[in-house]
Amino acid sequence: MLAMPPPDRAILDRRAAIVDALRAIVPGDGVIDSEIGRRPYECDGLNIYRALPMVVVLPSTVEQVAAVLAYCHAEGIKVVPRGAGTGLSGGALPLEDGVLLGMAKFNKVLEIDYANRCARVQPGVTNLGITNAVAHAGFYYAPDPSSQIACTIGGNVAENSGGVHCLKYGLTTNNVLGVELVTMDGRIVRLGGKHMDSGGYDLLGIVVGSEGLLGVVTEVTVRILRKPQTARGALVGFPTVEDGGNCVAQIIAEGIIPGGIEMMDKPAIHAAEAFAKAGYPLDAESLLIVELDGPQAEVDELIAAVGRIAKENNATSLRISESEEERVRFWAGRKSAFPAVGRISPDYVCMDGTVPRKKLAEVLTRMNELSAKHGLRVANVFHAGDGNLHPLILFDANKEGELAAAEALGADILRLCVDVGGVLTGEHGVGVEKRDLMPAMFDATDLAHQQRLKCAFDPQGLLNPGKVFPQLHRCAEMGKMHVQRGSVPFPELPRF
Amino acid sequence: MEVFKPANAAQLKDALAWSAAEGQTLAVRGLGTKTGLGRPMAAARVLDTSALKGGIDYQPEELVLTCAAATPLRDILLLLEQRAQMLAFEPPDLAPLYGHEPGTGTLAGALAANLGGPRRVKMGAARDHFLGFSAVSGRGEAFKAGGKVVKNVTGYDLPKLMAGSMGTLAVFDTVTVKVMPAPAKSRTVLAFGLEPAAAVAVLADALNSPWEVSGAAYLPAATAARSGVDLARGAGGSVTAIRVEGTAVSVAARCEALRKALPASAGQEELHTMRSRKLWEEIRDVRALLPDGSALWRVSLAATQSSALVAALPECAYFFDWGGGLVWLAMDEAAVPARAGVLRAAMGEGHATLIRAAEATRARVPVFEPMLPGVAALTRGVKAQFDPRGILNPGRMYEGV
Repeated sequence: MLAMPPPDRAILDRRAAIVDALRAIVPGDGVIDSEIGRRPYECDGLNIYRALPMVVVLPSTVEQVAAVLAYCHAEGIKVVPRGAGTGLSGGALPLEDGVLLGMAKFNKVLEIDYANRCARVQPGVTNLGITNAVAHAGFYYAPDPSSQIACTIGGNVAENSGGVHCLKYGLTTNNVLGVELVTMDGRIVRLGGKHMDSGGYDLLGIVVGSEGLLGVVTEVTVRILRKPQTARGALVGFPTVEDGGNCVAQIIAEGIIPGGIEMMDKPAIHAAEAFAKAGYPLDAESLLIVELDGPQAEVDELIAAVGRIAKENNATSLRISESEEERVRFWAGRKSAFPAVGRISPDYVCMDGTVPRKKLAEVLTRMNELSAKHGLRVANVFHAGDGNLHPLILFDANKEGELAAAEALGADILRLCVDVGGVLTGEHGVGVEKRDLMPAMFDATDLAHQQRLKCAFDPQGLLNPGKVFPQLHRCAEMGKMHVQRGSVPFPELPRF
Repeated sequence: MEVFKPANAAQLKDALAWSAAEGQTLAVRGLGTKTGLGRPMAAARVLDTSALKGGIDYQPEELVLTCAAATPLRDILLLLEQRAQMLAFEPPDLAPLYGHEPGTGTLAGALAANLGGPRRVKMGAARDHFLGFSAVSGRGEAFKAGGKVVKNVTGYDLPKLMAGSMGTLAVFDTVTVKVMPAPAKSRTVLAFGLEPAAAVAVLADALNSPWEVSGAAYLPAATAARSGVDLARGAGGSVTAIRVEGTAVSVAARCEALRKALPASAGQEELHTMRSRKLWEEIRDVRALLPDGSALWRVSLAATQSSALVAALPECAYFFDWGGGLVWLAMDEAAVPARAGVLRAAMGEGHATLIRAAEATRARVPVFEPMLPGVAALTRGVKAQFDPRGILNPGRMYEGV
């Protein structure tokens, strides 16, 4: 079971005074200290882990954020930032002795600048909200995590969120031009802006995906794109997972980068079809949805090529969308895969590893073995273009030992991903979920270099501690150079 | 000056461990094509990484390539071409700008300087294609970050931090980059005779169209006259260039749509694959289009600010890339100290890099954009964590960094 840093008794004893001090900074209903008011914040999208925060603060201005952080910094109080709480890795899991800093009130679109192809928004604007704000002019914001109706851009920045269109359009990090950030000491800095290259150290690049450990984002400038002229989909069934994988490889080898390529395995196909009635082939071992977007002439040409490649790779069924309605129907099952699986199992956890695509069949075979070993079913959906797997582990938390078995199976699956040359997380983040698996991918020196970055932003380790890194180290300790002058021999290497 | 030339990763670590222990400074150099970029340094030794080359692990179907850091970029590009793939960030070859032979830089150098070419507007900069690395930090410790797959959010995105850090934090041993399919065809629509502000508006319309424009540049008359592409050189006025790439059917249809949208008053032309590639090479590599011998600025700014910038510096030769979001500007060397402030004020929010100038000028004028106090504090903090004794490229980017 997950271990979090033990609550600090001395902080909890001062709770009433802390609440008063925070109320002086954020007046009105912005400070929540009742248990019933705090309860909704006890978990994020990874709801198998819960903790009641000491107090919830909902600031509405950057000055309030800065004052709250400066106060907590001075008083040694931990802070956990939170967007919409849709994250799947527990990045917003509260601390019992910490302030939960909710950014929901930062919900305004500040500026839309078509001439410079960007929008400046507050972090609490939803991902889809950005697209909605520019859709009337034919624009959109490209990264589209499944939770896009609810998740906020601030959370997307924290997690470097992806979606189904990443291979062609990039993750959050490739679509963010600038942020305003408040560091733990209450200092407000602006990184990037409307320009494309910022020069100097790419602090923006490390803030994106830093899982709320480096600062609290209070404004985001995102790139907006013109909506593609058209999009068409192909729905292809294969007799084996390997054939589906080969088809994806050949599409890319022929130089086609689809807007999205999604794969589902048999359990996922059946769950989705039962739920959404999208017309998926139930005899297929793997199903591909390939979507091409762009100029009409190009899409028409390339979708035909995809059809040919599918047949060359033993497709047992092939449908190519002839209308927008049909294309959307292809997606209906995939987009409802999570609720569909939720219907066939009381609980599930969604994993998120990335593997080299050529290892897909091997990984699925070994995953089936692991599934049998732990006695739990697994349904798989993948972002096949970039090898990003989302195994859904089905379990029943009310059955003795099943949660622990699900955690153990999940850990085994992610170790398998690393084992075949992949990584622990492709888009959900490490959070608490994969924290203790980090040593499977990084050795102590690798992790120390990452944690030193944290030291440059938050030397006291007050911002979101207990996330991402399996062990907390004091910055003073890590900063020491364990060498003395003359203790390292002059190196034996070519000199001139 | 003594030169350390490690032959492998273990020797690289030894060299840095010793230098860190002794507090001995190093000027880090790959093939040496960018030694003229940055503030002048006073380092005790040179660390020559050029022997760290080869070891190429190229997986075309996975869209990734790993190699030893100082592998010549030219070798990588040739290898990719054989499989009809590319580095989508279109790394410029700036070697000739500094008096070196063309095509003599390394992949690590392109990443360490975070250089992106005209396709930046569509596909991003070097940073956006940098997936992972192994390196030795200024602490003398070997570490790795990122991964060898195209989608990864495990831990902090240290490749981003390293991209553009000019060798001041760590020295790469190996690097992994994302590669992409190369488009079969390249075509460029040209519009003639536009003024800078009008051209930026035309480029914005093109970039805001659904035609997936992958290059958007403006060459004023004097710059266009330097081009080796006949239709640009002979234009007799300014040239506004819009590039599309893809299959033959696709580029033809998109060019037709783009031409229809051009202002009726402007003359127009179209460059097909060979001449289109030639023009964008000139724009990417800069040297052919601006006067030799002058000091050179690379200014990243909001596209709508670019015409005001060049209006404030009427004596300078220039051109725009990235739809106006990048201005390359040539300035008389002697004028740099007096005019740098004018340039930086007229640019608005952005980043001006004095990419080429005499050493004495680079010692006097900030080469990289001066930082506001908050960013400066974080920058110094990051430097202190990775290179506490300041042994790597001391002062190359900023005083004390």
